[in-house]
Amino acid sequence: MDPFALKTLNAERRARRAAILVTDMGDGRDRVVKEGDVVAGDLGEAISRAFRTGLSGTAEAEGRQFFLNVHLPQPRLVVVGAVHISQALAPMAKIAGFPLEIIDPRTAFASDDRFPDVTLHAEWPEDVLKHCPLDRYAALAAVTHDPKIDDFALKAALDAECFYVGALGSRKTHAKRVERLLGMGATPTQIESINAPIGIDIGAANPAEIAVAVLAQVIAAFRSRGLGAKAKSEAA
Amino acid sequence: MPSKFLDEARDPLIIAEGWMKDGKDVAIATVVETWGSAPRPVGSHLVIDAEGTFHGSVSGGCVEGAVISEALDVIGSGQPKMLEFGVADETAWQVGLSCGGRIRVYVERLG
Repeated sequence: MDPFALKTLNAERRARRAAILVTDMGDGRDRVVKEGDVVAGDLGEAISRAFRTGLSGTAEAEGRQFFLNVHLPQPRLVVVGAVHISQALAPMAKIAGFPLEIIDPRTAFASDDRFPDVTLHAEWPEDVLKHCPLDRYAALAAVTHDPKIDDFALKAALDAECFYVGALGSRKTHAKRVERLLGMGATPTQIESINAPIGIDIGAANPAEIAVAVLAQVIAAFRSRGLGAKAKSEAA
Repeated sequence: MPSKFLDEARDPLIIAEGWMKDGKDVAIATVVETWGSAPRPVGSHLVIDAEGTFHGSVSGGCVEGAVISEALDVIGSGQPKMLEFGVADETAWQVGLSCGGRIRVYVERLG
């Protein structure tokens, strides 16, 4: 491995950006391809596919064999609202491999007592997201029901192209939320990407069951990430 | 500054970069193909220095010993190697995977 390639790759990984180390298995030469770099031909197609699926593997192109080692950032789950659902979601997300953090400016809710061993920000989303911005490998679930707290975070998540955006509330609540988000400049396509009512439909009847439904939806979104975009580009 | 997104103390590629900065000779082993049940997915790394110190894994501990001794050769020669491991043959004391899978591991020198 080329020392420069290793340094470049680690720099991308440290910065939470996706990258692929492409090794020519014939002569052992390697290079780092960053997400968004243009690579022509069959190799370029294999590289785009690898970024979408996150799966490493070999690829044949131009009569040569390449190994593509995909490094995607660890997905993280940001929950707005230190509520009952979040108390159930925190341990479940940890087990499923999604580091979780909770944002809620209401200190009575966001207390260490209610959330032991959880990264907790008892601040407004505006302030937290300034220091710790959302990205395409983040999922955001807004569960406070309070527009003052949820709306900014939802708009920020849509603009950051988070792989999952979910919002708690009935269809009626969501209809009002859509009006507000449109007023904040969200596009209809962005609005459509919000999962609301939140969670897959398993007839969840209590906070813990809603947490299961939300986590399942987050996992589904992560595993199918990019497949929607692929279907769209093929249809076009 | 250490990244808050990576477990730098246990990340094989970060460790390899650190070893390189310390002037050590390093080999990197990578799982490039798996068949059947394999304990570590394609892309997993084991990194080895010239003293045989290692971090990461390419299997559940079944073949690491063999990979490390090959890695020391690779550090010496600079020539990459492709290793293949299948099911363990207990009578022959052959190194292998007790889970029944097969893996191919690419071992190369850093630099």
